[in-house]
Amino acid sequence: MSTKKLVMNGLKKIAYNCKKATFLIEKKNLNGISIREQMELKLHLAGCTVCRLFQQQSLLIDRVIKGHFLGKDMEEPKLGEQFKKDMHQLIEQKLEEEN
Amino acid sequence: MPTEQQNDGIVLTTLDPKKWVDLYADYLFRYAVVRVRNEDPARDLVQDTFLAGLKAMDRFQGKSSERTWLTGILKHKIIDLYRKESSGLDSRKQISSTELQQEDFFDSNDGHWKREHAPQEFVITTEDAFQHKEFGRILESCMKKLPALWASVFVMKHMDEEKTEVILAELKLTSSNFWVIIHRTKLNLRACLQKNWL
Repeated sequence: MSTKKLVMNGLKKIAYNCKKATFLIEKKNLNGISIREQMELKLHLAGCTVCRLFQQQSLLIDRVIKGHFLGKDMEEPKLGEQFKKDMHQLIEQKLEEEN
Repeated sequence: MPTEQQNDGIVLTTLDPKKWVDLYADYLFRYAVVRVRNEDPARDLVQDTFLAGLKAMDRFQGKSSERTWLTGILKHKIIDLYRKESSGLDSRKQISSTELQQEDFFDSNDGHWKREHAPQEFVITTEDAFQHKEFGRILESCMKKLPALWASVFVMKHMDEEKTEVILAELKLTSSNFWVIIHRTKLNLRACLQKNWL
């Protein structure tokens, strides 16, 4: 097979392969994508609305996860008062043992 | 925060363990719950962190805040737990069963989305804080359904922005396994969201 044919086959593969494309989307989100892969992905996305939607939603998930879990004002859940009391006592006890 | 002035004018933090529970217990608990996805192990982790902190007090150099220092201890404890979970037989089993599930997203012949799994629009306006909160809550419950190893990888990469090499070393993964997990985790989370969002 000629080189040109090989390249075309490779491109054809990615152009029609959503499994590979979504894999590359995740790699790209985390800066792990090579230049070649970036080209492949671009080609796929140009023709695939479903994967473009996937990409949007994937980025939204990443943003919400950071905001939701790292939000310093997150109020729930809290530790029970009894647990805190016991914990406090345990610390006092350990400190005394040290002295 | 208690501080101490040194001769050279640098202000160093000193530790005050009697205040730890009041000041940091809830914060550390939330930090742990998010990362281990359950309250029971998170409670144990907070306790272990305080006890480890007491033992390591003489090694505290005063250069960070108490909270940062305690969070660092907790972080190590969480990774220890991940390691234990991911080397267990259970999680290896979980991988193969979810692996099969994941194959279903795409047609095995041509790699196309199967019609029933193809992403559909979520109705979410990114500016709305309330919607974000609800969305986050659903994501949290979706994360609980993931195999332990996947969730650990996801948290370390997406929340803690850990370097990939660090994650590979800590969880003993190959780079190709790592990317497969990242991909499958997102496919599963997204599908779970679609199912549970409005």
